[in-house]
Amino acid sequence: MTGPADGQAGSTPAPATPTTGSPAVALIRTLGGLGVIAGLLIVVAYTATLPRITANKARVLAAAIDEVLGAPARYDTLYVVGDSLTPAAPAGVDPATLETVYLGYRADSSVIGFAVTGAAPGFADVVRLIFGYDPRASRVLAMKVLEEKETPGLGDKIEKDTMFVAEFRDAVVPLRGVKRGEGDDSTEIDMITGVTISSRTVIRVINQTLERLGPMLAARLQETP
Amino acid sequence: MSPAKPSTATEDLLRCVWRENPTLVQLLGMCPTLAVTNSVANCLGMGAATMFVLVGSSTLVSLVRKMVPTEVRITTYILIIATFVTVADMALAAVAPGVHKALGAFVALIVVNCIILGRAEAFASKNPVWRSALDAVGNGIGFMWMMLIMGSVREVLGNGTWLGIRIFGENFEPWVIMILPPGGFLTLGSILLIVGAWKHRQGERAKARDLALAIEGKAA
Repeated sequence: MTGPADGQAGSTPAPATPTTGSPAVALIRTLGGLGVIAGLLIVVAYTATLPRITANKARVLAAAIDEVLGAPARYDTLYVVGDSLTPAAPAGVDPATLETVYLGYRADSSVIGFAVTGAAPGFADVVRLIFGYDPRASRVLAMKVLEEKETPGLGDKIEKDTMFVAEFRDAVVPLRGVKRGEGDDSTEIDMITGVTISSRTVIRVINQTLERLGPMLAARLQETP
Repeated sequence: MSPAKPSTATEDLLRCVWRENPTLVQLLGMCPTLAVTNSVANCLGMGAATMFVLVGSSTLVSLVRKMVPTEVRITTYILIIATFVTVADMALAAVAPGVHKALGAFVALIVVNCIILGRAEAFASKNPVWRSALDAVGNGIGFMWMMLIMGSVREVLGNGTWLGIRIFGENFEPWVIMILPPGGFLTLGSILLIVGAWKHRQGERAKARDLALAIEGKAA
């Protein structure tokens, strides 16, 4: 360590200011230049990966629709606009920003039901799921979790516990969560021990989504039997 | 970090694979090491993403090292690292969506992985590009193989599988705790204990050998 009293003209470099005077211009130039390079890199990577990411998401969703509707022969995509469902997004609105439901048909063109997505905060992060729903019988056809970040080994049982997932098959809404083994009614869902909050979230998502969209879905089926 | 100044290319590459291993010796990057090692697939994804960010950022930091004023060097490093993390995040989502989903927030958190900032500050900012790249690859390998060991132990014991392949018969009851957070601490602690004990014994042996040689020399 050199003392500060050694004189200014000494040959020892001052350790406090290693680069004497980096002018503001140099700082701005460095950060600005690197910012441009960083931006370019990100844009290139974004445009390069976007088609595959979109395709991956679409594939996951298509597989999920297939699963919750029990392999429909075909399905229509319907957009929720205001209080009604429309097959085409209104002009000037990006379809990706609209809530969508999917109406599945059997091979003989009879209706299976709707595939509806919903989301709500779970124990850790937002739980996003999709479920099949038949408004004519007020029945949930099946449920599949699309996205969750619940505790591995515990909360993620809402996705991996086949017994829990099977509880939703043909369950009548509004659903009610009960202790495992006590559910005999078709509206009662056996919850998972130790996974109360996550189990409740799944039930809540379905109930709340149907409270909001249920009448719309029922009205739609009356129009097209 | 490295004691001798003129180090060879092989040294740059191999230094951090074992002798100065980021996980075992520097104890850096503990957050992903503990959090995402609950399956081998996650470890591969995380290891590859970290390796990519390490090599990319070390190379770029080294490339611009003479142009960056000291006042803004940390800001510059973070900007460079964050850029590569964003690219890695999108690439992983495109190539391996399952792993990307499982890693969740931990891909974005590579930004604050101290192995990367540490290499940028301690090595890449002072050394030529090719040496910085080699050093980054070495660190990446060091991090990756430790992650894989952690992941293998945890997945085999906690789930009865390795990379999704069933190892034990139907009667195996998985130790679920091993894939939960405590399992990460248990596994890392055990590995550090074993390696520490082994290194200690090596040291004792070397000492005994030196002593024996000295006595022999005296006797002669």
